Amino acid sequence: MTAAPSSAMARAWSFAAAAWLVLCSSWSTNAQPLSPQITGLAQYGQPLVMDDTIFYHLLFDQFEGRTNGPDNEFRWDGEGWVGTDTNRLWFKSEGFVQNGRMTDGDQEVLYDRPLPWLRYFDAQAGVRYDLDSGPGRTWGAIGIEGLAPYFFQFEPTFYFSNQGRVAGRIQGSYDVLLTQRLIAQPQVEMNFYSQSEASREVDSGLSELDTGLRIRYEISRKFAPYVGFAYTGDFGQAATFVRRDGGNPSDPRFVFGVRLWY
Amino acid sequence: MPEDHDRSGRRPSRATPVSGITRRRFVQGVAAVVAGLDCWPWPARATAGPEPVGVLDGNHFELTIERVPVNFTGRPAYATAVNGLVPGPTLRWREGDTVTLAVTNRLPQTTSIHWHGIRLPSQFDGVPGLSFAGIAAGETFIYRFPVRQSGTYWYHSHSRFQEQLGLYGAIVVEPSIPHPVRCDRDYVLVLSDWTDANPETILSNLKQQSDYYNYHQRTVGTFLADAHSQGLGPTIADRLMWGRMNMSPADILDVSGAAYTYLLNGQPPGANWTALFRPRERIRLRFINASSMTIFDVRIPGLTMSVVQADGNDVEPVSVDEFRISVAETYDVIVQPTESRTYTIFAQAEDRTGYARGTLAIANGLRGAIPTMDPRPLRTMADMGMADMHGVSERGGVRMEGGGAMPGMELGRGGMPMKMENLPEYARRAAMLGPGAPGQPGPSSSKEFTVPDMGSMAAPLSPGVPLRLGPQVDNIAQMPTQRLASPGEGFPPGRRVLTYADLRAVYRGTDPRPPERELEIHLTGNMERFIWGFNGEKFSQAEPIRLKLGERVRFILVNDTMMEHPIHLHGLWSELENGQGEFRPYKHTINVKPGERLSFLVSADTPGQWAFHCHLLYHMETGMFRAVIVA
Repeated sequence: MTAAPSSAMARAWSFAAAAWLVLCSSWSTNAQPLSPQITGLAQYGQPLVMDDTIFYHLLFDQFEGRTNGPDNEFRWDGEGWVGTDTNRLWFKSEGFVQNGRMTDGDQEVLYDRPLPWLRYFDAQAGVRYDLDSGPGRTWGAIGIEGLAPYFFQFEPTFYFSNQGRVAGRIQGSYDVLLTQRLIAQPQVEMNFYSQSEASREVDSGLSELDTGLRIRYEISRKFAPYVGFAYTGDFGQAATFVRRDGGNPSDPRFVFGVRLWY
Repeated sequence: MPEDHDRSGRRPSRATPVSGITRRRFVQGVAAVVAGLDCWPWPARATAGPEPVGVLDGNHFELTIERVPVNFTGRPAYATAVNGLVPGPTLRWREGDTVTLAVTNRLPQTTSIHWHGIRLPSQFDGVPGLSFAGIAAGETFIYRFPVRQSGTYWYHSHSRFQEQLGLYGAIVVEPSIPHPVRCDRDYVLVLSDWTDANPETILSNLKQQSDYYNYHQRTVGTFLADAHSQGLGPTIADRLMWGRMNMSPADILDVSGAAYTYLLNGQPPGANWTALFRPRERIRLRFINASSMTIFDVRIPGLTMSVVQADGNDVEPVSVDEFRISVAETYDVIVQPTESRTYTIFAQAEDRTGYARGTLAIANGLRGAIPTMDPRPLRTMADMGMADMHGVSERGGVRMEGGGAMPGMELGRGGMPMKMENLPEYARRAAMLGPGAPGQPGPSSSKEFTVPDMGSMAAPLSPGVPLRLGPQVDNIAQMPTQRLASPGEGFPPGRRVLTYADLRAVYRGTDPRPPERELEIHLTGNMERFIWGFNGEKFSQAEPIRLKLGERVRFILVNDTMMEHPIHLHGLWSELENGQGEFRPYKHTINVKPGERLSFLVSADTPGQWAFHCHLLYHMETGMFRAVIVA
């Protein structure tokens, strides 16, 4: 647990992030200079059309209790953003709380901008910090998030730590409209790591899988109670670590929650 | 009881005191403020029920913009009103007058009024940041310009979302030469969409989830129904085709009845705005779509409507059962009921999530039967700009459309040749604005030309349109079609529905020159991100469009998106090339259907900085706007 930062890894990470951002922003750098007379503050000192204003949103896709009868836990998975059409700051947060102990805590702050060649995808780069009852870990994060063809929500992210570790996460979901307001959402999240780590209950390769099916009723778009079923699986050594800590590496549960956005 | 009067004559002046109107000062020069006359269109007083309120007539007007409490939905809300009214008072002008409008701002933020479709010096066009600095809080701005045209127009705020919150009203300009269309009664019908929600919240919701207000999407239920009626294979293929593009054919209007209450003259459907008539009278109905986002399909079951004017310009009468009126358009129709019964004026939103409604009745308090709304339209491959060149059969098999030109119409009918020196004084004065530009085609300007018909409907594809691709563009129409002979989607077969190809001006166009150049402009957007623009650029990314004063330009619009876009060019007429040759209709707002390619001619005869934009308010505010500089 010494964690002396490897300057070589840090530099490599910085280069990768910089290259990614330059790539993502290259589409807008060839813009012609605009007439100061018309854009921005026009000659009359009045904003003409404010098509580049800042918006902000916060969405908790999962805000739920999970139970298997005798044992209950709380789960949240949310994300929010603030910014314009082209430049946004994203926040992502997820974790479990059980008996006062927090696990799988993952907090991210990412810079986000639309990808020029994928009309519904954004590129994201930033920092992930594993904040929970276990030891903290800091990662650099690079990923994309958006709407794949056939309306699949798709969010793969790669992580690099300053200790030479690499990790990946793939999240996906799909909305099935049973009616206009009754919506079934199958969802999956997979976590991969390059190295096993006992204190964080992870193993190399596919370490953890969290999948579920939730049926929500949209009383409004912003308030949708749901019920469903979720399964969390830990694989390889991760299963051993989870068992050691008193958990169940193959953990199916019923869920009750509410999908919220602001 | 109402008195009959011929609309071709001037309305007698009345100075009836109006009770219940506060915060309004009448000034010298206001010829009349009329109340209680059943034969005139009354915008409703915002806070009350169907209490008739005034029309302002004359050449000097005082308008006050302020926040007033209203209740359209059963819940109290605040509107941005003119003289306390939503819609604001109808303004009656006379062609040839110079009107003065003193607009006082009692809002805490800057405001403005744009006179939609009126040809005037650009400093009085009312677009803050482009034509003037706006009207600051507490200040009064004096608009003053000669009225060089006649017809039905309207006014509205051009400041952010004030229009959505009620700042709009009708303008009726009496022609200087008596109108050839006789009628016994004359009503203004202002259609609009009201929301209790904060428009900024609506925009923010659309940015987060662009189908936020669409509660008529395809579901498992519609899949099963389609599989039952069309077969499982075709249904799956259809769903995969739309899914591959991440598009929904159920995407009709961005903001629906989930947020809107639709108003007719400020009255929600339950209030039943009523216009009186006696059987066999000819009634002129001046429809104005003052909505922010709602396209309406209008019909009066039991009556045939004769369309006599579009966007303030007279057209040869067209008999229809129904017409689609896009945002900011106006249509004048004549109806002549023969029976002593009630007729329902039924304006259903294009997405069928609600309607505005009123009644033509022989007495107040009568209610006509309300028809059920038609089935909701679905977008087609033609809307995606993916039709083939051999033509696409409209649903219902009523019409064919394709790449061919319209059948040729005979030239040279109608019109009264008249020499320029015979123009009235006001017209010559007005002509000083630009190089000899009349305000609009009319009996005095309709000269005979020897120039052949320029009304091409098949403008060639011009290469090298500087389309800027990126996240703000999610689709390019591969095969845009000419669809002017189609009324659009969503009309049951068997009804005669107005199309743009039907519009034939009564008077010849005023400028016989062929265009010197062409400007091809793509209407673009990203549905999912709710970004809109022209040629792939939002307003804030784009250079203005520059026109040389006096030049004649053909604008070619190609709609790459799946939504209709009513495109409005300020200050100059848009002469729609619909196959009617020199009798092409002069319009101020042209609705471009999804996947459509059309063209219009512009004479850049008035210098200044003009706005060019989609009149769907939330499209404009997310980038579908350009400055046009005529110099």
